[in-house]
Order: sequence, then structure tokens, then C-alpha cells
Amino acid sequence: MFARFADTFFNLEVMQQYLPKIIEGFFVTVQLAVAVVAAGLTTGLVLAVVRAFRVRLLNFFIVIAVDMLRALQPLVIIIAFYFALPNVGVRMSAFVATWLALALVLAAFAEEIFWAGILAVPKGQWEAARSTGLGFLATLRYVVLPQAVRITIPPLTNRTIAITKGTALGAVVAVGEILYQAQSGYSFSYNPSPLTLGALAYLVLFVPVVWFGRWVETRFAWKR
Amino acid sequence: MNDSKPILSVRGLHKSFGALEVLKGVDLDVRPRELVFVIGPSGSGKSTLLRCCNRLEEPGSGSIRVEGVDIMAPGVNINAVRRRIGMVFQQFNLYPHLDALGNVTLALRKVEGKTRAVAETIGRGALARVGLAEKAAAYPNELSGGQQQRVAIARALALEPAILLFDEPTSALDPELVGSVLNVMRELRESGMTMVVVSHEMRFARSAADRVIFMDHGAILEQGLPEKLFNAPDHPRIRDFLASIEH
Ligand SMILES: Nc1ncnc2c1ncn2[C@@H]1O[C@H](COP(=O)(O)OP(=O)(O)O)[C@@H](O)[C@H]1O
Ligand SMILES: [Mg+2]
Repeated sequence: MFARFADTFFNLEVMQQYLPKIIEGFFVTVQLAVAVVAAGLTTGLVLAVVRAFRVRLLNFFIVIAVDMLRALQPLVIIIAFYFALPNVGVRMSAFVATWLALALVLAAFAEEIFWAGILAVPKGQWEAARSTGLGFLATLRYVVLPQAVRITIPPLTNRTIAITKGTALGAVVAVGEILYQAQSGYSFSYNPSPLTLGALAYLVLFVPVVWFGRWVETRFAWKR
Repeated sequence: MNDSKPILSVRGLHKSFGALEVLKGVDLDVRPRELVFVIGPSGSGKSTLLRCCNRLEEPGSGSIRVEGVDIMAPGVNINAVRRRIGMVFQQFNLYPHLDALGNVTLALRKVEGKTRAVAETIGRGALARVGLAEKAAAYPNELSGGQQQRVAIARALALEPAILLFDEPTSALDPELVGSVLNVMRELRESGMTMVVVSHEMRFARSAADRVIFMDHGAILEQGLPEKLFNAPDHPRIRDFLASIEH
């Protein structure tokens, strides 16, 4: 009974055979995740800062775009970028399509979170800073954002981890990340052991990320 | 009082919020070393008057000059003007993510472009003036309300303003902490700082103010020496007001 279970899910021979592929996938996932987080958080912050200028028309478009991206399934966006955009002459690799889709979704959520953080900073903070001669951008940079970012760390960390796990969606368009490698190993070998390896690879990657998130949350908690 | 040119000169200042006219033609001159005390019922426009003087509120019409500079002139560098006018708020508005020294030195570094070392020397000097030299490394939440307000005063002082505006600086404080802030203000006054103070601390006004202004419904109803305004105002309205707050 246990021997059969072990043979099915922990077949060492199969595992050995597919380990290099899974490791390859591991690094693809890491690259994708890092690129998504970097682009998504930066874009989200820039959009929130733009929104702080309160230019009516501009903010209207930001809000529309952000709401749409938040409403859509990331997978739908990936498929649209990869399969539909070539019809209008825009071609991108599966990796780029996945990266762009997830980065945009993260940017949308991050913009909302940063914006809420900016709004949560009391008006008196702006007034105190402006009354000492700090300009709008300097006030944002040195007084408002440091406080806003602190407030946003917990929700932002959770959202970032959730969207980073979405890198597995790249498997649908054959990005060679962990899930894709594990699935193809499974279908070639008729043995689910590569999936076990894939699960382990996700644990190795994301457990530290979750720990890091928790550390960041306590590190930035207000000293009250 | 003295004949030197006013540091702050307000003429015919009007300000409305929507349909509500909050300032209805205010004239005010504040001369060097003068302490002008502003009293009046809640909603009479005291805060709005102060906030127009550094354009935290946009004045509607009229003119405001700070050291002769028309702060409403097109192209005026308002950030440069604001460095000359310090403002102290009822709620202190200290930056919670910076320690006392960081609060006091931020504008020195980011507006005036001073190096950290130079800014910190000036900042420590300003903290010493408000009696908080040893609290330089304390964060706002580690300070009492009175200490926070004194840090806020130091933050304004560090920029060596020509005039300081106080908007109810002690109203948010527990009674036992009011004295420490008033003492700092008294010392500033003795060192020759020019000040406009909106407050209900009538005893402080009696002993420290050169002139008291009574505002009512967006206009100056009466002004004069503290003894005159407190003891024998021309308007019964003022007597009623003073009686109402001296319970
Ligand atoms: N930002 C604002 N928007 C609309 N009304 C305001 C605003 N600020 C002040 N007011 C109104 O202007 C009037 C004067 O307010 P204020 O100058 O704060 O009076 P005071 O400081 O004498 O109590 C009040 O009726 C107040 O409600
Ligand atoms: Mg007020």
C-alpha cells in the first residue's frame, strides 16, 4: 500500500530524470516573479503619485484602467496578450505576455493600496510640510509616502505574494516555469512524481517569501 | 508701538468657502517684535486669516505682504515666502516617522539644501531653545503633547522665520502641559520674535501681548491694548465673549 504510494508520488528514478527540468523551471519562476514584482510595484506607486496631482481627466483614466485590471482574471489577460494581440500585429513571447499581464494586475492593486495609503495620511501632515516651504513633490516624497508606505505594507505584501503565485498561469501558454515543467514531466513519464517535485519547488520558493512578508510587516509596524 | 515697516501687512482680505463668506475685509499690520493676539468666537475666521497669510488657504481678494513681498503676485515663489513665516498648529502635526531632530531638520535639508551636519547643528540649537535638547532622538509618540508642540515650534524656528503664526497652540493640550508651551512662547517674545497668536489663553495675552484683536463674523470688531480690550471694550459683544470663556 505505502510502497505503491511511494512508487507513484516519490518515484526516485523519475524524480532524478526530471529534477534538472524542475530546477530550470524554478529559475524561470524566480525570474518571472522578480520581474512582475519590480514592474508591478513601481508602476503602481508611480500611478498613485500621478493620481495625487488630482488631474481630473488623468485620474478618470487611471481609475477605469485599474478597475478593469482588478476585475479581470489574470489568466484571461495572459491569453489575450499571447493569442489575441498577434491578430493586431503585436507579438510577444509567452514569458513576456505572462510577465506583462501579472505586472499590470499587480500595478492595479498596488495603485489602489498606495492611493488609500496616501489618503490615510492626515491633511495636517501636508500643511505642516508645505508651511515650511517644502513643495508638493518634496512633501509627497519625504513626509507623505514614508507614512503611506508603512500603512500599505501588510495589504501590499499579501497581494504581492498572491499575484506572484500566479506565475503558474504561465504554464497555460507554455512558459517553462515550475508548473509547466512538472506537468510535462508527468505526461511524458505517466508518473506524478514530477508534480511532487514541482510542489516542493514551490514550497522552497514561496515559504521564504511568506516569511519575508511577515518579517516586513513586523519590521514596519508602527512604534506606538 | 513702533514705526518700522510691518513684517506682515494684510489689506482688505476677503475669503469665501463656496457661498460662505468667512473673511469680510480684514486689515492687519504686524510690526517687528510685536506680539499680536487674536481672539474671537469659534467660526469667526481666525484660523482662515492665519492660513491665508502663508496661502495654505488661497485668499479671495485683497493683498497680503510679507516683508514687503506681495504673496499674491503672479510668479511669486510661495515656498520661499513660507520659509519666512513659521506656522504652529493646534494638532502639532509632527511627522510621526521622523524623530524630533528629523522633524526640525527636514526643511533645512530638503528646502534649503543644507548638509545633514549643518542642518543638525541648527536643529539642535532650535530644540535647545524650546528646552528639548535632550529629546533630539525621541519620536513624536514618545513625547508628551507639550513636548510635541515645542518640537513643532522648534521646527518653525529652525528656518529663522521673520514671523511666527500660532493657531491655538495649547488647545489640544492637557491643562498641566499648557504652561510649558506658553513659557517657550514668552521666551520667544522676549527674544524679539514677531508673533501672531490665536488662542484662548487670556492670562498669557494680558501679560505678553502688545495688542489684542477681537474677530467676529469674519471681520475685526475691535483692537487695542490688552488692558483696554479686556477691561473696557467698546463693544458689549466682547464683554459677553470674555465672560463666556472665563468659567
Ligand atoms: N476648508 C473649508 N471649507 C469650508 N468651510 C470652511 C473651511 N475652513 C473653514 N471653514 C468655515 O469658515 C468659517 C471660519 O472658520 P475658521 O477660520 O476655522 O474659524 P475660527 O478659527 O475662528 O474658529 C467656519 O464657518 C468654518 O466652518
Ligand atoms: Mg480655528
